[in-house]
Amino acid sequence: MTIALRTLDDGAWISVNDSREVGVSDIWTLPGHEFCNCETPHVLLEAFSGVDLRGVDTHVIADAVGMCIDCGTRDGIDSLVVGRIVDGEFKRYEPGSVQRPSVAASGDR
Amino acid sequence: MPTDVEEWKDEIYGTDIRDHIERFAEDGWESIPDDEKDAWFERFKWYGLYHQRAGQESYFMMRIGPPGGVLEPGQFRRIVEIADEYARGPVSNPEFGNGWLDVTTRQAIQLHWIRIEDVPDIFEALEDVGLSTVQACGDSWRNIVGCPVAGKDKHEHVDAAALADDLHDTFKKNEAHSNLPRKWKVSVTGCDEGCGQGDINDLAFEPAEKVIDGETVTGYNVRVGGGLARNEPRFAKNIDVFVTPERAVEVAGGISALFRDHGDRENRYNARIKFLVDEWGPEKLRDVLQEEYIDFKLETAGEDLRHSYSYNAGDADGKHDHVGVYEQDDGNNYIGLNVLMGRLGIDDGYEIADAAEEHASGEVRLTQRQNIILTDVQDDKVDALLDNPVFDEYSPDPHPFQRGSIACTGSEFCSLSIVETKNRQVRFSRWLVDNVSLPEGVEDFHIHLSGCTASCAQPQIADVSLRGMKTRKDGEPVEALDIGLGGGLGENPQFASWVSDRVPADEVPGAIENLLANFDDAREDGESFREFVAARDDEELADLIEPEETSYEDPFMHNTKQTWYPYAEEDGLDDSPAPARADGTPIPSDD
Ligand code: HEM
Ligand code: SF4
Ligand SMILES: [Zn+2]
Repeated sequence: MTIALRTLDDGAWISVNDSREVGVSDIWTLPGHEFCNCETPHVLLEAFSGVDLRGVDTHVIADAVGMCIDCGTRDGIDSLVVGRIVDGEFKRYEPGSVQRPSVAASGDR
Repeated sequence: MPTDVEEWKDEIYGTDIRDHIERFAEDGWESIPDDEKDAWFERFKWYGLYHQRAGQESYFMMRIGPPGGVLEPGQFRRIVEIADEYARGPVSNPEFGNGWLDVTTRQAIQLHWIRIEDVPDIFEALEDVGLSTVQACGDSWRNIVGCPVAGKDKHEHVDAAALADDLHDTFKKNEAHSNLPRKWKVSVTGCDEGCGQGDINDLAFEPAEKVIDGETVTGYNVRVGGGLARNEPRFAKNIDVFVTPERAVEVAGGISALFRDHGDRENRYNARIKFLVDEWGPEKLRDVLQEEYIDFKLETAGEDLRHSYSYNAGDADGKHDHVGVYEQDDGNNYIGLNVLMGRLGIDDGYEIADAAEEHASGEVRLTQRQNIILTDVQDDKVDALLDNPVFDEYSPDPHPFQRGSIACTGSEFCSLSIVETKNRQVRFSRWLVDNVSLPEGVEDFHIHLSGCTASCAQPQIADVSLRGMKTRKDGEPVEALDIGLGGGLGENPQFASWVSDRVPADEVPGAIENLLANFDDAREDGESFREFVAARDDEELADLIEPEETSYEDPFMHNTKQTWYPYAEEDGLDDSPAPARADGTPIPSDD
């Protein structure tokens, strides 16, 4: 089954099979992401710039722009795992749950 | 690779969308196939329908765009009637009640909580009085903006209203210009005050004169590539073209076609013409326009009137914002009324329509500062017209903190927003009026609040610019605002510089209070706020801001985007009554 994945409304959200699944303006916890100098960056997502599927167990990976709410670094975020596809259904990850880049980048790092 | 949006537009776009809207309306919300929703909602924008944010599925925002913001007699009343019948939400808003319309920064009207099932009836009611939602959103010619008193103003040099109408008539429902790479915002200014705000539009016509064959001709200079969105603000650039009113439509068509053919359709973030102007420069743009799109020889730019632009120019004695009672060129008056955050209640709307019809022509105009103007009031009718309690609230003489406030849609309805905006800005202005006195001679003070970097409230051209952010306060994430200072238009427009980041929203009124006190202490005699800011670097300015908690209370510090509606009693996304059928009953989800 093919999964329709796209960002819409100028990067306001990620659509999975024509349903709005992940929106901007949540704060994502990104330990080890080297986003900024904070030990655990807490990054407010401002816009998604792309979305893709990756890996055997099909992670949904987004590119985004965000800002660390503690130190104010604004930058792009590559390969943020926002959820996964299980039996054709999207399971969203919680923004506050721990996001390790090692999981995210298993495909191409 | 073309984007999904480009593929959808290739399949069906423009006027062909109408039949499908009628079909879905007839068969109801649930008839829109699940796997076609993204495509249809993107296309609906062309007809001025924008699906509201997550938690509000099946409800739409509807935008109506009268060129130059001119609502002819009868049109304003009709919009109020439509809002009355179709634009009410499941719960009410604590500041604005349930049932209102929004006047926008592009001289349009926005209605919310619209149901697809009602759209054909609404279209019919609009068309019946000559109004339309066509191209109010989507990738095409948006509402054409201009001086809100064009045709009536003493300062006018060239008839901007006529050109705005010509452009509207030519480029709405025009197949060759229906599908552009991105939105296309056009402004026409005819006066020597610059109130068309051309500098922040994709295409701007500005009044100018030129000697041609020994004769002085009035017409327009052309600028291209302005826009505020996405941390990439640009002022439109002079492309060294003068055009007569007779040929302005042709030149506009040439530039629009150039954008259609050369704009970036692969990357929507790079699609606006400002990026093409970045890449090519104004000279190349002019060359390509001349060679590929225009059949006659373009004149070089004429003498403009920018030196006299006073609108939002930051001078202490600067241009009024059209709020107040002013004489028209025909001896009648226009009355500009303050509409707080552009939001106008339905009952008030009826009162205002009655007053305008009884004591004036019934024409109502919309300004780019989210206010309205009643035109054609005879001298001896002014007092009678204003003798109605509704004008205490929609006042021709509001406090500077109220007349200077603008706020975008924000987290109430908008997907991109980071913070609550309109209600917050009402509370800010109320607190400032009660607690802060303006330094001497400051009669105009603009505070613009946008919920995100898209900048729909035009924050970068305000004295105090506020932009949605988040920060941590007492360990918890809270809604916050970046603060910028010193923006404005005029001969030499200036974007605000962002000097203070992530100020918790409840400390912003205190910050403004302290900033104004510090300005008052340190300013030189008669120095305007904009001059004061221009004379200082960002660090110095940041020190003057001093955020602080005060008696101001902010009910929206939590994440208002994680609600289905920030003001509902039960506001969690799980409590949402959406999607709903036409009668408002929630549709159970099937998973
Ligand atoms: C997603 C939902 C959005 C909503 C509800 C929204 C709402 C509005 C409103 C109410 C206005 C003024 C009215 C008008 O155009 O008639 C406006 C103007 C504007 N919009 Fe948006 N907007 C949205 C998305 C965006 C996006 C994605 C961008 C940019 C990428 C953007 C950029 C602007 C700018 C810069 C203006 C005002 C400045 C000008 O005069 O050009 N908006 N928007
Ligand atoms: S500025 Fe941002 S939050 Fe405000 S209406 Fe525009 S897109 Fe929405
Ligand atoms: Zn950080």
